[in-house]
Amino acid sequence: MSLGLALVAVLAIAFATAWVGFARGRRLRTAGRLHSLPVYHGAYAALWAAIPALLLLAAWAPFQSQMVNQAVLASPEGRALPRFEMQRESILSEAQEIADGERDQGFNPESSSLAPRIRAAQQRYAMMGGVAAILVALGTAALAVRRSKPQFRARAGVERWVMIVLFAASLIAILTTLGIFLSLMFESLRFFRLYPLQSFVFGLQWSPQTAIRADQAGSSGAFGAIPLLWGTFFIGAIIAMVVAVPLGLMCAIYLTQYAHPRVRSWLKPILEILAGIPTVVYGYFAALTVAPVVRDLGLRLGIESASSESALAAGLVMGIMIIPFISSMADDSIAAVPQSMRDGSLAMGATTSETIRRVLLPGALPGVMGGILLAVSRAIGETMIVVMAAGLAASLTLNPFASVTTVTTQIVQLLTGDQEFDSAKTLAAFALGLALFLITLLLNLIALRIVRRYQEQYE
Amino acid sequence: MHRRVRRRYTIERWFRGVGFAAVALSILFLAFLLFNMGSKGLGGFSRYEAALPIDFTRSDLFLDPATLRGPDAEQTVASADLESAISKAAVEAYGPDADEMFGDAAITKLTKVIFADPTMLGGTSTLWLPVGSKLDVAAKGDSDAANEKLVDVLQARHSLRRTFNADFLTASDSTDPTSAGVWGALKGTFLTILVTMGLAFPVGVLAAVYLEEFATRNRWTDAIEVSINNLAAVPSIIFGLLGLAVFLNVMNLPRSAPLVGGMTLALMTMPVIVIAGRNAIKTVPPSIRDAALGVGASKMQVTFHHVLPLALPGILTGTIIGMARALGETAPLLMIGMRAFIAAPPTGMTAPATVLPVQIFLWSDEVDRGFVEKTSAAIIVLLLFMLLMNGLAIYLRNRFERRW
Repeated sequence: MSLGLALVAVLAIAFATAWVGFARGRRLRTAGRLHSLPVYHGAYAALWAAIPALLLLAAWAPFQSQMVNQAVLASPEGRALPRFEMQRESILSEAQEIADGERDQGFNPESSSLAPRIRAAQQRYAMMGGVAAILVALGTAALAVRRSKPQFRARAGVERWVMIVLFAASLIAILTTLGIFLSLMFESLRFFRLYPLQSFVFGLQWSPQTAIRADQAGSSGAFGAIPLLWGTFFIGAIIAMVVAVPLGLMCAIYLTQYAHPRVRSWLKPILEILAGIPTVVYGYFAALTVAPVVRDLGLRLGIESASSESALAAGLVMGIMIIPFISSMADDSIAAVPQSMRDGSLAMGATTSETIRRVLLPGALPGVMGGILLAVSRAIGETMIVVMAAGLAASLTLNPFASVTTVTTQIVQLLTGDQEFDSAKTLAAFALGLALFLITLLLNLIALRIVRRYQEQYE
Repeated sequence: MHRRVRRRYTIERWFRGVGFAAVALSILFLAFLLFNMGSKGLGGFSRYEAALPIDFTRSDLFLDPATLRGPDAEQTVASADLESAISKAAVEAYGPDADEMFGDAAITKLTKVIFADPTMLGGTSTLWLPVGSKLDVAAKGDSDAANEKLVDVLQARHSLRRTFNADFLTASDSTDPTSAGVWGALKGTFLTILVTMGLAFPVGVLAAVYLEEFATRNRWTDAIEVSINNLAAVPSIIFGLLGLAVFLNVMNLPRSAPLVGGMTLALMTMPVIVIAGRNAIKTVPPSIRDAALGVGASKMQVTFHHVLPLALPGILTGTIIGMARALGETAPLLMIGMRAFIAAPPTGMTAPATVLPVQIFLWSDEVDRGFVEKTSAAIIVLLLFMLLMNGLAIYLRNRFERRW
C-alpha cells in the first residue's frame, strides 16, 4: 500500500462519514426539533474524519522517507556502498528511481540490487502509516457521528473548523516571510563560515570565478560585494530614476491636472500597459535594440570603453518600465492634497502651472518621495533586464557607457549551472539574496512610513 | 505688468507642453517596443520551403515500402540516413553550394511524407521541404553572400515559397531554429499556472476573508498584515531562492518541474490576491451583513453566503491580474532550474519542463541568427496571452462589478 492509496482511502472514509452523519441527522429530525441542519451534522462528522487523518499523513510522509533511508543503509547491500558521499547519493537516487519504476536500470550495478530493498522498506512503512491514518479516520469519524443528538450544536463545530482553516491560510504569509528570512540566513551563515563577513560587506573585489577551488575561497578577496551594490545602485537608483522620475511625474501632472477626463480614461490604461509587459521582453528589447544604439552613441562621443552591455542601456529600459509606477504613486499623492489648497492658489490669480509647482508639488512631496523609494526598491530587485542587458564585469565606475554588474545578475550567474550546493559560489548567491532582501525591506519600510505619515497629515 | 503676465502665460504653455510631451514620449516608447517586437517576430510564424526533386530509387536509403507498414517502421525510418539523401538530392538539383540548404525540419517533414505515402519510394517525386536556418534567414533578406546567391538561384527557378510555419506552434524546443516551437513551453506554462492558481487562489481568498471579516486586532494579525504587505514588494528572485532552498534542497522535490515552479509562483502571487481580495470584500456595504445577521444567520453564514459571492468578481479580477504577472515571471523559475534544454512537452507535474518567458530568455542567448525572429515570435505569443488575461479581467470588472 502506498501513501497515495491511504490518502484516497481517508477521503473515501470522509465522504462515507458525511453521508452517515447526514442520514443520522435526518433521522433525528423526525424525533424532534434539531439545533443544526442535517447538512451540518454530516459536515461536522466528515471534517473530523478527514482533517486529523490527513494531518497524520502529511506528518508521516517526510518521516517515512527518512526511515526508509535508514533501513536501506542498515541492510547488507546498503553497508556495502562506497563511503564517498556524492557517489553514495547518486547510487541511492538511482535506486530510488528504479524502485519507483521510472527507469529499468541504473548506471551503477549496486543500484539495481538496492531497489528491492527500497521497495520493501517503502511498502513496510507506507503500510504502517496508511493503516494508522485509516484507523485514526475511522475512530474520529465514529466519535463524531455518535455525538449528533437533537441538541448537538453541529454548526458551531463546523464553524470552528472553518475558522481554524481560515487562520491557517492567513498564517501562510507569515510562514513565507519566515521561510525567506531563515533560508537566506541559514545559507548565508554557511557562506560566512567560509568567507569573512567584513570582506563580503566592504570588499572591493568581486571575481567568483577564481574561487571555485575550495582552498582558494578563504584566502582570495573574491567575494567583495561593494562593486555589485554600486552597479545595482547605479542602474536602478540613478539611471533608471533619471528617466522615470521626470517622465512619470510629468505624466501624472498632465493626466490629473490638464487632460480632459475622457482623454485621461484612455491614456492611463495605455500607460499601465508598460507596467504589465513581462520583464523578459524588456530585457530582450534592451539587449537587442537599445544596447547597440547606446554603444554607437558612446563611440561617437569618443568614449572608447563604450560596451555593448552598458549600464545606460539597462538603466534606460528599466526607467521606462518604472514610469507607470511612479506616475500612479504621484497621481495618488497629488490627489491627496486638499482641494481647498488648490482653489485658494487659483483664486489668488496663480496660473495652473504655478499652482502645481508652488502648492501641489510641495504639498505632495513626501508622498512622491515615498513613491520614488518604492520604485527604487523595485528597480534594484529587478532581474531579467539586467541579466540580459547589463554585463558581468564587476567594476566601480561612474561611466554609464561602461559595463557594470548587479546583485541580481550575479545571483543568476552563480546559481545557474551545475555546481555542488555547498560550494562557496552557490552560498554566495544566498548571501547576496539576503543583502538584497534586507535593502529592499528597509526601503519599503521607510517608504511606507513616509507615505502613511503624509496621509495622516491631511486627514 | 503686461509683459509679466505674458511671460507667465508662456511658462504655463511650456509647462503644459512638457507634460504632454512626457505622456507622448512614454506612449511612443510603448509603441516602438511593440512595433519592434511585432515587426521582428512576424517572420517567425512563416518559413521558406524549397522544391526538391528526390529520386528515391537512386538514393541509398534502402527503404522498402513493405517494411513501413510493419511494427518497427519508425525505427527503420529513423535509422535510414535521410539527411544525406536530402543533401545529395539538393546538390544534384541546385549545385554544390546547396549541400547544407536543408535542416532538421526537412528531415521531419520527409519522414512524415514517406509515412503518408510509402509508394513514392519507388520513383522520383518533387517535394516542398522547409529550408535550413541559414537559407531561411537569407531568404528573409539578411545574411551572407553565399546563401543569398542560392536564394537567387532558387527564386529564378520558382522553387522557393513562403508558408505558414505550423511547427512553431506545435513543436518544442530544438537546436535548429527552423524546427523549434513553443508548444512545449506553452504546455509547461499551462501546468505551472494551474498549480499556482490551485494553491494561491484558495489560500489567498481564505486569508483575505479571515483578515477582513474575523480577525481581531492583535499582535498576530498585525504581523500577518505587515508580512503580506512586505511580501508583495519582495523582489521576485528572492522567491526563487526560497524555492531553491526549501522545495528543492529540503523537501527534495524534482528540479525544473511545473509543480515546484507553480508552488514558487504561488507564494509570490498569494499576497497580491490577498490584497485584491481584501479591497473587494471592503467594498461590500455593511448593510448586507447587518441584514443577514438580522434574520439570524451566523457570522460564518453571512460571510460565505452573502459577502463572498458579492465580492467574488473583484477578487477574480485581482486574481487574474496576479496570474498574468506570474505568467510573465522568469527570474524565480531560473532559480529552480527551469532553464534546461527540454525538447519534448512535459508529460506531468513532476516532469522537467520550461515556461514561455524562460524559453524566450533561452532563445535570446542563442547564437544562431534564426533564433532572433523566433524569440520575437515567442514574445508575440506571450504578449497575446497577457492581453487575453488582462482583457478577461477588464471584462469581468465591467460585467459583474457592482457600484454600491
